Amino acid sequence: MKTLMTTSALAIAMTAGAAYAETSACLITKTDTNPFFVKMKEGASEAAAAKGIELSTFAGKYDGDVETQVAAVETCIASGAKGILITPTDSRALVPVITQAREAGALVIALDTQFEPADAADATFATDNFKAGVLIGQWAKAKMGDDAANAKIALLDLNASEISVDYQRDNGFLQGFGIDIKDPKDIGDEDDPRIVGNDVTDGSPDGGRTAMENLLQIDPDINLVYTINEPAAAGAYEALKSFGKEEGVLIVSVDGGCPGVKDIAGGVIGATSMQFPLLMASKGIDAIKAFAETGEKPQNSEGLDFFNTGVELITDEPVDGIPSITSAEGLKKCWG
Amino acid sequence: MSDTPNPAPKGQEFEQILDQSDTKVASFELKHHTLLERIQHVLHNNPTLVPVIVLVISLIAFGLIAGGKFFSAFNLSLILQQVSIIGILAAAQSLIIITAGIDLSVAAIMVLMSVVMGNLAVFAGVPSGIAILVGLAGGVGAGAMNGWFITKVKLPPFITTLGTWSIFYALLLWLSGAQSIRGQDIDTEAPFLKFFGASFNLGGARITLSAILMILVFFVLWYMLNKTAWGRHVYAIGDDKEAADLSGIRTDRTLLSVYGLAGFVCALAGWASIGRVGSISPQSFYEGNLDSITAVVIGGISLFGGRGSIMGALFGALIVGVFRSGLRLSGVDVLWQVFAIGWLIIIAVAIDQWIRRVSA
Repeated sequence: MKTLMTTSALAIAMTAGAAYAETSACLITKTDTNPFFVKMKEGASEAAAAKGIELSTFAGKYDGDVETQVAAVETCIASGAKGILITPTDSRALVPVITQAREAGALVIALDTQFEPADAADATFATDNFKAGVLIGQWAKAKMGDDAANAKIALLDLNASEISVDYQRDNGFLQGFGIDIKDPKDIGDEDDPRIVGNDVTDGSPDGGRTAMENLLQIDPDINLVYTINEPAAAGAYEALKSFGKEEGVLIVSVDGGCPGVKDIAGGVIGATSMQFPLLMASKGIDAIKAFAETGEKPQNSEGLDFFNTGVELITDEPVDGIPSITSAEGLKKCWG
Repeated sequence: MSDTPNPAPKGQEFEQILDQSDTKVASFELKHHTLLERIQHVLHNNPTLVPVIVLVISLIAFGLIAGGKFFSAFNLSLILQQVSIIGILAAAQSLIIITAGIDLSVAAIMVLMSVVMGNLAVFAGVPSGIAILVGLAGGVGAGAMNGWFITKVKLPPFITTLGTWSIFYALLLWLSGAQSIRGQDIDTEAPFLKFFGASFNLGGARITLSAILMILVFFVLWYMLNKTAWGRHVYAIGDDKEAADLSGIRTDRTLLSVYGLAGFVCALAGWASIGRVGSISPQSFYEGNLDSITAVVIGGISLFGGRGSIMGALFGALIVGVFRSGLRLSGVDVLWQVFAIGWLIIIAVAIDQWIRRVSA
């Protein structure tokens, strides 16, 4: 807590100095650990420097660190920021404080994760996580061909709180694979016999390994593994290897981090859906610049309640009818 | 009265009633001990008995509920493997808690040192053996830093390690660039880092070297704590630091050595974790410090210091592993696993408090 307070104080000092001359903006990410957010910060800093915007950055200490994010928004309001880019660590808990920020005249853009309700922010720039899931689900189905009817599926999710990214990817994957997902906001309510089970990974390799081991104990014949992100996929692969089952099991994932794309090339992961954090951040900065100059607010993508920054399927074993790029091409676009 | 001949008086008058007096030697009262009190007494003398009983009962219970999938040699060895890293951390944590301290930085030291080893061996091309030695030495240094603040600057252990937790964590993010080191890169550049991930089959069980390392660490530390003068000093400090000081124990030096040793054990866990996880990720084991404290507490080691056997922490870690696996295989949702572990902690501390009242 002490370190957080000193960084906020420092940020106040920095933004206060710049407030007169330039447009100032804030970037508040979930953590500083996840390379996704590290890359997002890089993208925002570069874009801000290019557009002459003074950017202050903040991050929670861990996933779900609401207090730090609330304090960061308050700091931004106090410093008179023209725009706030935020990846809300809790879709609901941060709504009151960002409402205050909007009332104070700031443009609030959610990056990567939507608020609930989505219109609590002026706009959301995000990956269509459901679509990301659908892509790997469709790919897995096409890859397995007739065997898809006898698939045994392990689902490695994020954590017990079932946040939006978690259920969107999980249910998107299942729908893409052709499974009735019932409630699209609930994980684990499906009754398709092909699903062996769900377990949580915290999005880390140690969590992925333990979760995969547990599900293999329920059914050793699992042949399709969905993972919330690539670190979890790497852990799942280690578990399969220790069971002597790494051959013939398909692992799919979402993210597009560089280690993950290399794991596609290395045959650890079959396919992954890549998202574009740099683009989210740079578009966010553009929007703040436009808002500061003309008062114009960004628009959502057609048919969605957010602006879709795109998703691309990366695989070295392309299937007909699903556009994808190879790991070599993916390596040029990957983040982190 | 006067006509009957009296036997010769046996001394002065007041001594004549001596025969009627109680002839028993002074002793403790033995009767009116209920069964419960006797159990309390036995547990007080053998604090490790509680976790052992809980472990056996939970093994039987989950064996009945979840059936053969749970109670197979393979699954039981899997649990041993799954708890090995947290188990080693719990051993380090026990050392500290026995001195009536607490260490919130154990997991940060562990992951930091695994990143140090990985960076040196995979990216800088340093031979694996040297990278590991540097990592282990770094662990001693990190632990000694905690110890220095506690003994020389006289900061409370909780505050010190709360601070160093953040410090080590920030260093870890800086060194790793928040990036994981891929398993395949480790395989090609420095496979020796994954040494403790190797395993062999024993009957139906699969034993990994990390599990053996965990058990070895516990036995070595148990020996040091119970069979050496150093170990008895550690317990004495935990029980009453003032008294230990007055009886000539060099408390500061002993405490410093405890923290340094704990740091070493954490770094050892860091090496073992590379084998277990397969890659090196700065996002791993974020809750490792709390998990280690959980294992220690469930293992019946008193948070007030000076009491409890380090073996308890081994059983504590195993109990958590058995609960996680058993509930998982019974198809229970994750949040109920968290719920169950929470109750285990409360019950364990409640039992500890009850045992402490044995003399009453």
